[in-house]
Parts: sequence; structure tokens; C-alpha cells
Amino acid sequence: MLYLDGKVPGGPLAEKWDRHRMELNLINPANRRRFSIVVVGTGLAGASASASLAEMGYKVKTFCIQDSPRRAHSIAAQGGINAAKNYANDGDSIWRLFMDTIKGGDFRSRESNVYRLAQVSNNIMDQCVAQGVPFAREYGGLLANRSFGGAQVSRTFYARGQTGQQLLLGAYGALSRQIADGQVKMFPRHEMMDLVVAGGRTRGIIARNLINGDLEAHAADAVLLSTGGYSNVFYLSTNAISCNVSAIWQAYKKGAFFANPCFTQIHPTSLPHVSGHQTKLTLMSESLRNDGRVWVPKNSDDKRPANAIPENERDYYLEKKYPSFGNLVPRDVASRNAKHQCDAGKGVGPTGRAVYLDFMEAIKRDGKEVIARKYGNLFDMYRNIIDDDPYETPMMIYPAAHFTMGGLWVDYNLMSNVPGLFVLGEANFSDHGANRLGASALMQCLADGYFIVPYTLAGYLGEAGNSDVGPDHAAFNESIQKVQARIEKLLSNNGKRTVEDIHRELGRVMEDHVGVVRNEDGLKTAIKQIQKVRAEFWENVKVAGPADRYRMNLQKAGRLADFLEIGELMAVDALYRKESCGGHLREESESEDGEAIRDDKNFCHAAAWEFMGENAEPRLHMEPLVFENVELTQRSYK
Amino acid sequence: MTTPKTIDITLKVWRQQGPGDRGRFESIPVKDVDIHCSFLEMLDFLNEKLILEDKEPIEFDNDCREGICGTCGAVINGIPHGHGRGMTVCELHMRKFNNGDTIVVEPFRARAFKVIQDLMVDRSPLEKIIQAGGYISVNTGGAPDANAIPVAQEKAEEAMDAASCIGCGACVAACPNASAMLFVSAKVSQFALLPQGRLEANSRVLAMLKEMDACGFGNCTNHRVCETVCPKKVSIRHIARFNLEFLKAGLVGRLSLDEEEKI
Repeated sequence: MLYLDGKVPGGPLAEKWDRHRMELNLINPANRRRFSIVVVGTGLAGASASASLAEMGYKVKTFCIQDSPRRAHSIAAQGGINAAKNYANDGDSIWRLFMDTIKGGDFRSRESNVYRLAQVSNNIMDQCVAQGVPFAREYGGLLANRSFGGAQVSRTFYARGQTGQQLLLGAYGALSRQIADGQVKMFPRHEMMDLVVAGGRTRGIIARNLINGDLEAHAADAVLLSTGGYSNVFYLSTNAISCNVSAIWQAYKKGAFFANPCFTQIHPTSLPHVSGHQTKLTLMSESLRNDGRVWVPKNSDDKRPANAIPENERDYYLEKKYPSFGNLVPRDVASRNAKHQCDAGKGVGPTGRAVYLDFMEAIKRDGKEVIARKYGNLFDMYRNIIDDDPYETPMMIYPAAHFTMGGLWVDYNLMSNVPGLFVLGEANFSDHGANRLGASALMQCLADGYFIVPYTLAGYLGEAGNSDVGPDHAAFNESIQKVQARIEKLLSNNGKRTVEDIHRELGRVMEDHVGVVRNEDGLKTAIKQIQKVRAEFWENVKVAGPADRYRMNLQKAGRLADFLEIGELMAVDALYRKESCGGHLREESESEDGEAIRDDKNFCHAAAWEFMGENAEPRLHMEPLVFENVELTQRSYK
Repeated sequence: MTTPKTIDITLKVWRQQGPGDRGRFESIPVKDVDIHCSFLEMLDFLNEKLILEDKEPIEFDNDCREGICGTCGAVINGIPHGHGRGMTVCELHMRKFNNGDTIVVEPFRARAFKVIQDLMVDRSPLEKIIQAGGYISVNTGGAPDANAIPVAQEKAEEAMDAASCIGCGACVAACPNASAMLFVSAKVSQFALLPQGRLEANSRVLAMLKEMDACGFGNCTNHRVCETVCPKKVSIRHIARFNLEFLKAGLVGRLSLDEEEKI
């Protein structure tokens, strides 16, 4: 087992990043064109990195699965983006944003990374406004702010309910300009199938053209993976259908450590399961909990419509259990409680997997117009999808897998333990610890792409120089053959079960045992069940071909094969971490009132797993987390 | 838990193996469709059956399935994204249909959108239009403080309305001229309203329009059906603003120096 070195620079926390930038190598502007960079994924992190690096003069090749970089799932983020501007004059600062984020992460993230995040948050806002992102404004023309979960200051900037879309379009615009200038070669409808590593260094990727099935070798001096999170391992999640773990999973198999895979965030307010054929859960912004009251019928046999159930037969369980925070308890607490209620048979809706979020009282108190102005577009979305009117009857909500704090391990330079492999955005593990605060994901992705990797990449290239390994090198050919063989195996299987069907089965195992609540027996069961489902997949899946045309089913089969592996690693990691922190709740480490109890003595570290071969147990490495500037406290919401 | 209500329908769906294939409609009965599932989930349900029967599944673009990414798109019974204003086809649910219905499903047709396969079309011309000028030319770093330039609240709201275009192409599919005017004007309008966008307003509108023409989209003759089918309800007010910008630019604007030299 190794103790990993995050390469955190010395000096006081507030000076580390500035100091580090002075120490990093630079690449002369005239020399940058000698370096080829591959970027995989065009969400906020990938698009911003591609655009920034191309502007600086690097030769960039950017890949995305969809038909356009603008489709990346960053587009769906609703709430807003945090920055420490303190425009609201209510006590915000870089230090406070840092403190809130570190505490929100339940003291399982790297202190220096989080401070840097808070530090560059202000630059991000400046950049986005300059790109023409249409943020909400006050009447005087200055930017509007709102407050968001877990913060006592108003630091969240937003563009109506579409902040993610607008930020992504800003980065996409910058990327488009570079594509037009010839500085970025864009490969839409290309999926990364393998990472090529040789002689201890990243050399490039193998990409599959999804239209004609061609496998292409792309050599590079550095590879940036910004492929998002792996919530689709749960099958039902708020992610887009094509979101997957495959790019970072191939990197894991080539030696990149995977850190804290069990740190997943289950968001409490998403649209419920309404159909056995449901393929995703749609997120309803957390802001709804400011005015909605969560309840279930007191009696599990009570199947009356919501409005027919009188007050004294309703169980407002969050208000009862948590008098101080009530309906505004943090995401993990709200999600756990909703699941407990549904498991106890008190759930509502067509599948019994939902609880009520009731606005009737707020509408009576504030009037329909006020509520419509705050939540109008969300209520419309609800009505479109569920066919119920939240102005008339309570909304139904249910927790949904939403974000993954775990990901590939990276050092302070955002480079993994594999030289030349950088990992940005949700795909890496670093800044959110065991729980991500609302409005901070957008911040992290843009920080990584605009303001961190342009410096740290130069630092690496200045030392390592060109890769000098071309796409016809043996390592590339070997990769292509391996990828080809796997595709052929999938197509020749001719089993009796569809990819969707097996994915659903995996999702159920994950939700039952590796979801909101975990325990030793459940996790051990999960590992066995996942191994069984994986064996069933390779034995009995039926995949539609041919491989030389666009075939979504074949793409999904490949992605499921990887989910069937990371699911097991998540259970292994959750079993290893015998404490509760953030979104990871172990029943054995829970207080009497159901609060998470951390074990800082034994688990104040990142668990980084090394791939040791198919069906072999992964090897554990640790990065001890040292907190020099904050005092570790237990969270409480009573 | 109540028993799901199901309906039986017939899909009359466009099948096309590739850009070179002539293509045809295929009638496929689909039984036991759960009315709570979405249209795309119904297609998934059908595809699972087709795959197990060794038949070709229907290929269609989709991703977020919550109406924001703009990837999905099909013409349902003659209307891009189907009935129901302000919704994408991924938000369309089977409860909108009745037992025994025949549903005609086609790709977004336009001269500029080549069919790739079945219901998938190539919308890369929309990418080219954005690449021609759908941005503000600012490099990373060096931006002034975010509050340095105030923006009037109503202009910010109008810019946000324009910016909510998701680039799905329904407007092109609905337009009798297969014009991309709503798409182009939304982007031009967003930046025309913001002070940061004014610097390049003239070159932007000329360049984006030029690219739209070069890609083979038609011209706008004010049919207004684009606005009706837009899943984000983008208004033709933005086309009006685009026309104003175009007039101004035509009077005082310039193309690039290269272009001018050619004239």
C-alpha cells in the first residue's frame, strides 16, 4: 500500500496557488503549437479546458459522444453557481466559501484544492459574464444573488432555472471560436474506448467513430479526461442516457487510481418512479424545499388522494424529527428519510416509491402568483411529465442518484498517478469530499478547465516534453485489437436478455445495498449479486449489431460492461470505509437519531484503489487528509 | 400500487439504413404500452422486443430526457416534438395517446439536415452557424469584474429568453422553407441585447446569416410556425431584432478584410 502524495505546495494556505504558479514550468507561446493535447468530454470542464488551451496555442483534439459539444449533461444543472464576490455584502469571502465547502464535504477533501476552488471562483464569474452568459440582474443592473442549501450567505449566481445550460453555452461558444480558427479539431460522435499508456506515460486514446464503427488511434502529449460522473450505475439517476464511467474506467485499468468510488450523492427532490419502463429521474431544484412541506400518510394502508387526507393523519416526518432544520435538512439526510418511509410501506404514487412535497400551505399563505414566480418553470415541468398540477395537489418526489464525488485520484495539478493523464470536473475525486454542496459543481468544473489546467499542464509538459510516440506504435495497435475483440464478443453472444433488462437489475442491487443507506451484510450481498449479474451479462446478453453503423444498443452494452465492474468497486470501497461521512452512511456508524458519525481517527484519508487484474481484488492506497486550517466538527441539524 | 393502464398502438415509423438508402415507412404494432411511460421509453420498450426477435432496432438521438439538451427530436403526427407547446419529444408521454392510435413518426426533415439513420439527422450545420459567430470573442483570463458593466434588468431577461434555445432544430423541421432563422436570431438577439455582445454585433449577424445560407437553409418569410413548435417557446421577437441588426450591419458593418478584398 502506498501513501499518496497530493503534491500540495508549501506555505500558508492562502498563498499556495500563487506560489505554485510561480514554481510551475511555463511553455513559451511560440512553442505551445508543438504540443498535442487530447480532451475527452465537452461538459463545463472539457469545453472550458479545450477552449482555454487552444487559445493559448496548443493543438487540441476534442472528443464527445453526442452530435455536438453543447449536449453534455452540464446543460441540465438548474440551481446556480457559487462565487465569493460578497456582492450581497453579507459576510462572504474566499475564506468563508472555502470553509462552507470543506465542512459540506464532511472533511474528506484535500484542503488546498478546496481553498484554490474558492479563490478562483471570482475569476469564473468574470469570465462567464464577459462571454455573455445572461445571469439574472437586479433593477440597478448589477448581478442578482440567491442563497442555496447549506450556506448562510447569498452567494449563488443564476440564469433563471438554466444556469448549467447557460454556462455550458458560454464555454461552447469559446470552443466553437477555436474550432472555427482551426485551433481545435472537434470529433463529435466519437467515444473513447481505451487509454494508451506506454513506457510509464500516457500516449493517447483509441476513439470509436459511432457512425461507422471505425476505431481510431489518436496520439497526444497529454490526455485530459472530463467525462463526468457514474451515477448511471444505479440505472435510474438524474444523468443523461449516455453518461457513463467508461473513459475513466479504462484509465483505471491502465493504472490510474480510483478514489472514494462509494461517495455518491443522492438528491432528495427528483420526480418519482411512475412506470416500470422509466429510464431516468428528473431533478427538481432543491430550492423547492424552501416552501414545500414533506409528508407521507401516517397509515401505510391509507390510499386516499392527498387532498383527502386530513392534517392529523399526515406524518410531516422531517419537521417532526429535525425541529431546527425541518424540511431544509441537507440532501443526504432528506434522502435517507424518504427511503425509510417508502421501505416502511408509507410511500405514495403509482409505484409506492414517492413522498409528498406539499405547497398548499405556501400557496394559501403567499398566494399563487408569488409561488408561480418562484417556481413556475419547475411546476410546468412537473405537470408535463407527471400530469398532475402542483398548484392543486401535492407534488410527489423521490431521491435519485445525482452526482458522484468519487472519481480518478488526482494530485494538486489535477494529474492522476499516471503521468500525462489529467482528470477534470466530476470525473475526478478531489474537491467535494464526501458530499457536494449545491451550486458548487458548476464552480469546480469551470475552475478546473479555465483557471487550473492551463497552468498545471504547462508545468507537466515543460518537464516531460513531447511524447514522441505516434499512433502506429505497438501500444496503440494492441489497444485497438483489445477493443475490437470486446466488441466482437458482445455481438457474438446471442443470449436471451437485453442490455436494458440487465442494467435495470444492476440498478436495483445498487439502490438496495449501495445507495442511501449501507451496512456490512448488504454490501457483502451486493458484491456477490453484482458478480452474478456481471457473469449473467457476459453469458446471456443479446446485443444488436452491426458494428459498422450507428448502433446505440452496442454502445450501451459496452458502457454497461463497465458499470458492472465499478458497481463492485463501489461496494468494496463502502465496505472498507467503516464510518459514515457525507453521502456515505454506514448503519453501523450512525447515532441513535440517524446522524452520520465520522471516524476521523481511522478514516481521515482518501481511499485510492489500484486495478490488479480482471476478477482480482483491487489494492488499496491512501492519501492522508491533513487539515491545518479548519477544525474538524461533527454535523448536526437538530 | 395500482395496475398500470396500458394501450395498444401502431407506429408508422420512418426507417432508413443510411444516407444513401431511400428509406420507407414501416408499420409496427406495439402492444401493452404503459401510459405513464414517455414516448422515447415506448421506443426503448419496442426496441427491446425487436432486438430479442433479431430485428433492427429503431435508431433515434436522445440524451438528457428532460427537455434541455436539444438532442432528441422527431416529427410526431406531423408536428416536430409532437403536440403540447413548450415540450420536447422526450417529455411527451403516452397518456396523450389513445388505445388503437396510429402514430406517424419521422425525422426532422430539411435540405440542410441529412438523414443519418432512421430518425437521426445530421444537425452539424447548426454547429457551423455558431462557429461563424455565435459567441463573444473573449479569451480566458483578463475579464473585468463581473459587475463592471451593469445590464438593465429587462434586457437581461430578454437575453435570457433568447438564450434558452436548446439547438434542437424543431424550428427548421417545422418551417416550410426549412429556414434556421429562429435558431440564428436567438443567438444574435441574446448578444445584441448585452453590452458585451455589442462590440461584434455587426460582423456577427452578417457572418452567421452568411453561414446559414451557405448550409442550405431557406429564408424566413414570416410563417411563424417555428415559434409554435419551439420547445423553449423562443419568440419571433428575436427574428425581428435580428432583422434590425442585419439592417444596421448592412449599412455600417463590414465583413472580414478577406471578404472585402474579394468584392
